[in-house]
Amino acid sequence: MNVIFYLAGAVAILSTVLAISRLNAIHALLYMIVSLLAVALSFFTLGAPFAAVLEVIIYAGAIMVLFVFVVMLLNVGPEATEQERLWLQPANWGGPAVLAVILIAELAYVTLHEVLAAPPAQIITPLGVSLTLLGPYLLGVELASFVLMAGLVAAFHAGRREPD
Amino acid sequence: MTTVPTLYGMVLAGILFGLGVLGVIIRRNLFFILLSLEIMLNAAGLAFVVAGSRWAQADGQVMFIFILTVAAAELSVGLALLIQFQHRFHTLDIDAASDLRG
Repeated sequence: MNVIFYLAGAVAILSTVLAISRLNAIHALLYMIVSLLAVALSFFTLGAPFAAVLEVIIYAGAIMVLFVFVVMLLNVGPEATEQERLWLQPANWGGPAVLAVILIAELAYVTLHEVLAAPPAQIITPLGVSLTLLGPYLLGVELASFVLMAGLVAAFHAGRREPD
Repeated sequence: MTTVPTLYGMVLAGILFGLGVLGVIIRRNLFFILLSLEIMLNAAGLAFVVAGSRWAQADGQVMFIFILTVAAAELSVGLALLIQFQHRFHTLDIDAASDLRG
């Protein structure tokens, strides 16, 4: 379990370094997604499977897709097609693919070798998380709904096209 | 089968947070600044989960969920501002907006 955590951490650091040093937004996003998946795997080894699932679904799934949508919005025009063709070169997706293969290998190792038979210190189940979330932290949930509402209104207002 | 030492988890979170700070500092593109902010929020969440794992409490993951919520709200506003920025200045260079109008 230790080795998996260290390897996932190394992949996370490496892909984050590559993400903040890319010149192209899509390349950076690919590395960023790999970084989030690596962090999710380290959550898993820390005995937090619910956080790992949320990391994959919401961070890598929803938030990064939002980034991709914005990149697509900003790249309208005839030159976008040429750019797409350039982006499909193997040199562009090769690095993230190699790092992702490392993560897949770790996942396969965990699944096949039943490493989880000897779990980390203590697995905190989704049940425990939800009981805590909707019990002592109920006020926090309400505040989070305030934040989401404010974010919705602000995004709607700021994202409007100016009439001029 | 020993468990991961808390120190190393915290070191990982610290390194990721530092990389996010570095990204905010060295990049002048609004898009990459938003990406670096996400890296920092993610690192903070990792620190919470590591601490929750250390004391076997669910509170760490609850805090991670709150951080997730804040990250999503912050990003939606940030990306709306980014689109507005692109429409107004036709660039994503953050220095284009360094002048106040007034």
